[in-house]
Amino acid sequence: MTGGATDTVARPLLELTGITKRYGDLLANDDVSLRVAPGEVVAMLGENGAGKSTLMKVVYGLVRPDAGTVAVDGRPLDISSPKDAMAAGIGMVTQEFSLVETMTVTDNVALSGTGLGRVDRAETRRRVVEAMERVGVSLDPDRLVGSLSIGERQRVEIVKALFHDCRVVILDEPTAVLTPQDVRALFETVRRLRTAGLGILVVSHKLREVAEISDRVVVLRRGRLVGDRVTATVRDEELAALMMGGSTDEVAAATATPAAEPSELEAAVGMEVPTDQPAASATTTAASPTPGTTTGTTTGTTGEPVLRLTGLTVSRGGRDLLSGIDLAVRAGEIVGLAGVSGNGQTELVEVLSGTLPVTSGTLEVDGQDVTSADVGRRLAAGLGRLTEDRRGSVVPQMSVEQNLVLEDLPAYTRRGLLDRKAVRAHAEAMIERFDIRARPADAVATLSGGNMQKVLLARALARRPRVLVVAQPTRGLDIGAYRYVHQQLDELRTEGAGVLLVSEDLDELRALSDRVVVLFRGEVVGEMPVAEASPDRLGVLMAGGGSS
Amino acid sequence: MKFVLRGHEPRWLAPVAVLVAVLVTLALTAVPIRLAGAAPLAAYERYLVTPLTSTSGLHEVLLTATPLLFTGIAVAIAFRAGYWNIGAEGQFLLGAIGTTWVGTTFTDLPAPVALPLGFLAGAAGGLLWAVVPAWLKRRAGIDEVVTTLLLNPVALLVVQGLLNGPWRNSSSGFTDSDRLGSGFDLPALIPDSRVHWGFGVAVVVIVVAGVVLARTATGVRIKAAGQAPRAAEFSGVDVGRLQWRCALVSGAIAGLGGASQVMGVQHQLTAGISDGYGYTGVIVATLGGLGAIGVVLVALLLGDISVGAQNVSLVLQVPAQLGAMFSALLLLAVLSAMSWRRYRLQWRPRSRSGGSR
Amino acid sequence: MSINLLALIGAMLTIATPLVWAGIGELITERSGVLNLSIEGTMYLGAFIGFLAAARSGSPWVGLLAAVVSGVVAGALMAFFVVTLGLNQHVSGLGLTLLLIAICEFTFRLLYAGDRPTLDDKFAVLFRGTDVLAQHWLTYVGFLVLAPVTWWVLRSTGLGMRLHAVGESFEAADVAGISVTATRYVALMVGSALMAIGGAFLTLAVLGSFTLDIVSGRGWVCIALVIFARWRVWPAVLGALIFAGMDALQLQLAITSAFDAVPGELMLALPYLAVIAALAIGGRTVRYPGSYLKAYRRA
Repeated sequence: MTGGATDTVARPLLELTGITKRYGDLLANDDVSLRVAPGEVVAMLGENGAGKSTLMKVVYGLVRPDAGTVAVDGRPLDISSPKDAMAAGIGMVTQEFSLVETMTVTDNVALSGTGLGRVDRAETRRRVVEAMERVGVSLDPDRLVGSLSIGERQRVEIVKALFHDCRVVILDEPTAVLTPQDVRALFETVRRLRTAGLGILVVSHKLREVAEISDRVVVLRRGRLVGDRVTATVRDEELAALMMGGSTDEVAAATATPAAEPSELEAAVGMEVPTDQPAASATTTAASPTPGTTTGTTTGTTGEPVLRLTGLTVSRGGRDLLSGIDLAVRAGEIVGLAGVSGNGQTELVEVLSGTLPVTSGTLEVDGQDVTSADVGRRLAAGLGRLTEDRRGSVVPQMSVEQNLVLEDLPAYTRRGLLDRKAVRAHAEAMIERFDIRARPADAVATLSGGNMQKVLLARALARRPRVLVVAQPTRGLDIGAYRYVHQQLDELRTEGAGVLLVSEDLDELRALSDRVVVLFRGEVVGEMPVAEASPDRLGVLMAGGGSS
Repeated sequence: MKFVLRGHEPRWLAPVAVLVAVLVTLALTAVPIRLAGAAPLAAYERYLVTPLTSTSGLHEVLLTATPLLFTGIAVAIAFRAGYWNIGAEGQFLLGAIGTTWVGTTFTDLPAPVALPLGFLAGAAGGLLWAVVPAWLKRRAGIDEVVTTLLLNPVALLVVQGLLNGPWRNSSSGFTDSDRLGSGFDLPALIPDSRVHWGFGVAVVVIVVAGVVLARTATGVRIKAAGQAPRAAEFSGVDVGRLQWRCALVSGAIAGLGGASQVMGVQHQLTAGISDGYGYTGVIVATLGGLGAIGVVLVALLLGDISVGAQNVSLVLQVPAQLGAMFSALLLLAVLSAMSWRRYRLQWRPRSRSGGSR
Repeated sequence: MSINLLALIGAMLTIATPLVWAGIGELITERSGVLNLSIEGTMYLGAFIGFLAAARSGSPWVGLLAAVVSGVVAGALMAFFVVTLGLNQHVSGLGLTLLLIAICEFTFRLLYAGDRPTLDDKFAVLFRGTDVLAQHWLTYVGFLVLAPVTWWVLRSTGLGMRLHAVGESFEAADVAGISVTATRYVALMVGSALMAIGGAFLTLAVLGSFTLDIVSGRGWVCIALVIFARWRVWPAVLGALIFAGMDALQLQLAITSAFDAVPGELMLALPYLAVIAALAIGGRTVRYPGSYLKAYRRA
């Protein structure tokens, strides 16, 4: 039942049949079937939240499926723990590495095979070095893992899989945190594994990498397998369309109305924000430009700067996480911040949010210097925040209404006591306005990701911020919530506020931004109007290729 | 068999869980009662009901509950802010020391001056004992569980050292302090009973704490700081400062408990001034759901059982430690039952043998 | 003022013995990421059950065995609360301590209402007549067998690696096929058995009787020692010796009464204060085990 294109390959090493997993109301995996042959690299493509991670956890025995089987070499397995998976020859390299930082490389690699008795470290060490040589990895086996770089840790994970004679290796988002050099090294390692006859499953949401490394691509969307293609013959936009979903009409429409500089990718995925905006936009100030496509130059969007960073530097442990950032966001514009994750975006958002101190430089919100201001003063100055860490921004056990007023408690205090009526009224108004599917007294923990995001959006927007800092606003959201968030951001711009949009989704950046700024290793390495921000150009900059 | 996270919690679950926990506790305590040669049902009646059937019994319950009200709300405030103050015992003792010091030094003070001064000294003593761990936590991030805990035996040693040395009773030579000046005697709250004004002070403290926790912006911030410190920090709550303040308030309230016990019951300092009230306070706070009303109810319940246990030990010869056993068992049973709110048990048959080697 | 140095060292070794047993027990449970506040109650239980079984059977060996069994049961209970049910470690541990002490006191009152019973036969002192070497066999075993063996097991065996992995990172352990639940259960049961031996040493070897204040905070001292030692065996043993040395010195000063001015209580409090001071000075750099105080559930 999977794509006919692959039936020619040999008996599959790994075969998944009808995997189904449900979490409450969410169907994380819906009848997923998949095969990986020896010497084959299969890429599994899907957006964040498509169910890839759940599927991987099922294969690795970390999550038990509600239905379906996992087979290796044609033998169905009862995998209920990673131990079973490993015994069956399945090795996994997860996104968050499963390493003990206070142990040496050798001990980490050998950990799972170790019995209870005495450990022959010399012998183990010799075998670990041997396994490293087989995949062309060179690391000091006696170093503590805690002292290794991210890329090195990933290599330890791969060596670990090989050390245990795994025949199928699963790489879960392997490039998410790597530098370009590390990515090249990784791909080299993957090719070696393939030559050795292993089956490899790479899970990713990055089209380009998939195209580079895989023989075959399967696409997962909202828990279902929606496509199975041979990499060499499939076109990127077809994959993107499969990933994005929506009806074929929508994809066609998106393709028909490309942004300023169409490319394959962008044409397929760069969703245009629906143009039938609420009438509110008619009342906005002169400062607000028409969004997106009309801007030709950097200075095309006018308006006073509502956010200005000057020489902003953040150091920790003698290392610059951000160095000398100069950046301004004007009223009525959305500035997109692009970069491979781990290049300072998270730190930038934290600095702006007020949870990470500035080392040097200044930070102004709407003309007020808030460089060393606490959160309360930043909010008062007109800053709004919507970070990628949603669960870290709400108090899960607290009610929707209390979370909504958490940043504005003094405004709801009358004669020392909380005005519960006003709190409730505010919650009801926000629930109505932002279409939050919850009651005011519900604990936030019980809400879906989309509704939680709406609560945060409501909290950030309720105080009418002059500038909104927003990071990965649509990650893991369903298509409805995705559109809703985009619409809200666009509306905010129309109303004359500034938005700094941090996203790893280039298509999102290019669909919403007026200007795009690229961050690489904590420095701004490029800034251009969206019309000039082609994926190719951004890609080069994000990889450090354009640095001066 | 395994635990599965619940999607939603049915409304009936929490009350049923508590009920099951109480029944389990009763069933388990039946064993020692039987061992002691008494009939469990008759004993339960004496533990739980008898103290409530007479006026004098009720008075004793209120009296016994008084120190638990102080330590219970003290621990509840700290725990709510996410500050694990296990040191209420030591803070209670230091409160008693503070009160004894002013009470034996300024013996001639009249009651209207003496009583507030006594409470103030108690609060100061408790606060003093809470400062060091709270400061270490705030300045250096040192786990407060260990530091607050370790200061408890030190506080007891301080009491013993004072009683063996400088504060040894000047007339009897026994190891308890001189009597406090008569101005420091807390008057009876209820005429002709041993219930003293310490109970009234405890109620006032709890009402204030309850209003602050449940009805003010500070209360919301404390809750946020305790449940999700990172989110609270993100929303502009200075978690470190809030915990520091809650730790000090907690220590001061525990110290008030010591003051109340010295001025209301013993009228002097003795080595046995605290019958583990600080530790029991952890039980009271936890069982009371870290809320004011819960603390009052649980403190009264434990007071009831404690009075009942004295009664049973006299009448039925069941050792009075059954009261302590009951409260500890109840704590563990309720906590266990409450985990049922978050998880449900799922029995799964070991499916399909074979396949994996 | 004269201090008999050899007698002082001898007393120090005796006083340190229960701290070494129970401290190593606590160290093992904390290495698995569980702060076991039931230690005070478990030592009390070991002391009482050991005494009770020895009194009934007439043999301290039976007492010791009973204490070990009681410790294993207490550890399993603690594990049920914090591992299986995932309850808060502080509150469960403290609750268990209060429960165990209440059970022991209840039973003691029931059986020996008002008496001060003593054992007919307690563990004898080896090499009697010497100052330093006149110690109980549990002292020798504690210092010369338990400590080095624990050190070796933690460092050089698969068991030690498992404990290390579980204590540092649940995910890493789980993915490596190590059962977090089983490892923590074993750590708690073994650790609690050692705590119970530490308690039983007091009744079966030192006192030969049981009193209601027999443990009197030694469990809390062990918790301090383990953190002070940063979860390493030899520093924990050293810490126990220092603590015991102060205690012994205090006792000897009290006997020689040359130091009436210094209250013995102050000397007794010094070790606690020393630990707090050490935490205050070194606390910034104390690195707790990664999974400390956490309960594990797979998603």
